[in-house]
Amino acid sequence: MALGVVALLILVALVAPWIAPYDPDAPDAEAALQAPGWRHWLGTDLYGRDQLSRIIHASRVDLLVALSATAIALSAGIVFGSLSGYRGGWTDQLVMRAVDTVQAFPSFILAMGITAALGNSTANVVVAIAITHVPIYTRLIRGEMLRLREMEYAEAARTVGNRERRVVFYHLLPNCFPPVIVQATLAMGFAILTVAALSFIGLGIQPPASEWGAMTAEGSGYIVSGEWWIFLFPGLAIMVTVLAFNLVGDALRDILDPRMRGV
Amino acid sequence: MLGWYVAKRILLAIPTLFGVTVITFALTYLLPGNPALVKAGPLATPEHIREMERQMGLDQPVVVQYGRYVTGVLRGDLGESSMTGRPVLQDLMQRVPATLELTLASLVVAVLAGVPLGVIAAVRRDGIVDHVSRLLGVAGVAMPTFWTGLLALYVFFYALGVAPPPLGRLDNSVTPPMTITGMYAFDALLTGHWRALGSALHQLVLPALTLGFSVMAPLMRMVRATMLEVLESDYIKAAWAAGLPRRTVIYGDALRNCLIPVITILGVIFGFLMAGNVVVEVVFAWPGIGNYAVTSLMSKDSGPIQSFVLFVAVVYVLVNLAVDVVYGLVDPRIRLH
Amino acid sequence: MSDLLRIENLTVHFDTDDGAVEAVDGASFSIRPGEIFGLVGESGSGKSVTALTILRLLRPPARIVSGRIAFEGRDLLALAAADMRHVRGARISMVFQSPRTSLNPVLPVGAQLERVIRLHAGASAREARERALAMLRECGISEVERRAAQYPHQLSGGMCQRVMIAMALATSPRLLLADEPTTGLDVSIAAQILDLLRDLGHRTGASILLITHDLGVVAGLCDRVAVMHAGQIVETADVRRLFHAPAHPYTRALLRSVPRVDREFAMEPIPGAVPSLLAPPPGCRFASRCPVVMPECRIERPAVTLLEVDHTVSCFAAVTPVRAGAPAEGGDG
Repeated sequence: MALGVVALLILVALVAPWIAPYDPDAPDAEAALQAPGWRHWLGTDLYGRDQLSRIIHASRVDLLVALSATAIALSAGIVFGSLSGYRGGWTDQLVMRAVDTVQAFPSFILAMGITAALGNSTANVVVAIAITHVPIYTRLIRGEMLRLREMEYAEAARTVGNRERRVVFYHLLPNCFPPVIVQATLAMGFAILTVAALSFIGLGIQPPASEWGAMTAEGSGYIVSGEWWIFLFPGLAIMVTVLAFNLVGDALRDILDPRMRGV
Repeated sequence: MLGWYVAKRILLAIPTLFGVTVITFALTYLLPGNPALVKAGPLATPEHIREMERQMGLDQPVVVQYGRYVTGVLRGDLGESSMTGRPVLQDLMQRVPATLELTLASLVVAVLAGVPLGVIAAVRRDGIVDHVSRLLGVAGVAMPTFWTGLLALYVFFYALGVAPPPLGRLDNSVTPPMTITGMYAFDALLTGHWRALGSALHQLVLPALTLGFSVMAPLMRMVRATMLEVLESDYIKAAWAAGLPRRTVIYGDALRNCLIPVITILGVIFGFLMAGNVVVEVVFAWPGIGNYAVTSLMSKDSGPIQSFVLFVAVVYVLVNLAVDVVYGLVDPRIRLH
Repeated sequence: MSDLLRIENLTVHFDTDDGAVEAVDGASFSIRPGEIFGLVGESGSGKSVTALTILRLLRPPARIVSGRIAFEGRDLLALAAADMRHVRGARISMVFQSPRTSLNPVLPVGAQLERVIRLHAGASAREARERALAMLRECGISEVERRAAQYPHQLSGGMCQRVMIAMALATSPRLLLADEPTTGLDVSIAAQILDLLRDLGHRTGASILLITHDLGVVAGLCDRVAVMHAGQIVETADVRRLFHAPAHPYTRALLRSVPRVDREFAMEPIPGAVPSLLAPPPGCRFASRCPVVMPECRIERPAVTLLEVDHTVSCFAAVTPVRAGAPAEGGDG
């Protein structure tokens, strides 16, 4: 069920230009601030832009940012984590101190600082979120490496003369994947929340680009006047997306990583 | 033994704090967005900018710059805010009580709701409370905090009219209480300023519920998981066998053992609270440090933001240190080893 | 002599997704005042479940299907929950295996002992403290005041078990359930703990149900024994008779599996494993491992037969004189 929602979301993001009923950026002075109805299912904003079209288009931004950030963080985590876990010694010390330092910041606060320093752009948001997520994967993969490198098949792979890098990448890494996939799925939800929150406070993705958090921020001004649809639907989109990723992550965990079941 | 444990823990925090300053230094000085350029203004000539760089020490080697940065930070010099024209530290300290008030209130909400729900969910596994709390937990982590706040505002302020407008910590017509802690609700209580107390609490309810709800879920999950584990343990079995009453076994033996691991995640919870503070303060125009950071962002002044980041990180490190020490105090296994 | 505890036809199932696991099947035995009664069998034979059932501490998925547990003339299985609580810890108490994890890690051991005394004896804080210290002393603990203030992790396993025994006997119960009380303890410490149990049992007049897989322990301590296999009681006997004239092939196999210095031939492990208790086949559950198995063993369950005073057995072979005592025929050599 949740997997279906995730698949649907990705599909919507892929075909956004073809399914959105209106141009998300086209103002229509005639149709400003319309409540949800037949013409505009989810209403319009002050400029008469169709909310549904904007939300559909925004899904591309949010999903893409979260996905790229996760991919970058995961790649970096694989490199650092395997180095740290397999080599040990001072490499391990160095990597773990760096990880500790990054984790000394509440992750959202660090993402704020990085985005503010790099400047507002979608790419910078990706970088900021990726940096704050690297420690999660590094720790995870390091832990798995420490466990796996003592196993007999690692020893066996070494004794038959495999090079170290080969042992790590062909023999050990694939065995780390189950917990990593679970973690990455859960982190997707978290990344989406972070993107949205950053844009909500005006960092990162800027209006008039369509992004769920920024749209919610625009809608917040209309609460006192009762135009609820402007803030409600983008936020709902965030919630449904995050929920779907979390549920898929939980389900994956039950399947792939029974040790953590029920937590 | 405890002294040794605490000392070791403090020593471990020092390199972390050092690392934190390296990162904030990098964010402040090394990244694009030349601070001299910002300070000199958009109309500055290249000579003017170079002069500015020299004044600010930006032509010096990085290590020297870092040294100056750290000594500045240690002296409490976090730079000036171009928005308020005052030292950033002064601005922050003025706003800390507001943030602290909101954070504490939210923590109270999260603990008062999360711990009992987690316990009941574990004791009556697969019962109604278990299902409802699981639903709340799933929703709590998936709802963006700013959106929860807006929803609450829409329902309780706009639709029902029971909540005050989101305009800060006190109604305009109420004079603030005398400053003791800076937290209005506390100060009003201490000075017996009932009108201010009422108004302060009234203003606090929605933001605290919003923020509390957002961090309740991880707490609840943790309590439930630990409680389930504890209830299966040998000593709980032995306690039942000794004929101890249900209340003693569950709320005495089991809960006591369960809360020890729960203390460890208070640090993490605090991190979530700091993040949530920023957006909740924005939604409710709560004049705390998160709001300050975001407002200075609007005026393209990144100095205060980095100081805010540094400040929060330092507090976060200290809170985690405190959590570890408290953990050592309450767990006899650590205390006496 | 009237029985202190009489278990009749007790059946306990564990409900699983694949069906009911028949953990205890029609078990009956009785314990007399003041005696030490051994319950022996391999692990997984249902001994611990039986003990937990007596205290009604089983939780779902475990389910008592049928049976009666008469204690001091009352059926424990029919008792109201509140009345049952006054039995637990007061009239019947229990000592578990793994003593170190059976004590609450965040309370000093003395406090744990005191609260049980206060609860069941209604003693004042002061009286409870004195009684707790006296009880610890009686359990062979020195420097009781210092020990009482310590936490479980600061005490050795043997010491923790002494505390557990003190706690179990502090309320002068009539029956003590001791579930493998020496598991994980050093051999010499284990011997001390067993001596302590016997002495305290005799001194207080309490009966002890000693659950163990160790026949050596049974020989040294028990008055009477029940042998349990795959959830069924296969033989009950006076301890001397059990060792000298075992009637059930499983009992004999158990005896042969014990290393003994006074015998010339080597110990023999029991062939096969305890059969699955998930929908077990009809008939005797030992049939698949039995050296003297007969066709009827696989069809019908042998009834409990009284061989002599204090000696019952459930085995077709044991009551068929021709085949009894002829294990070689089974081919286990």
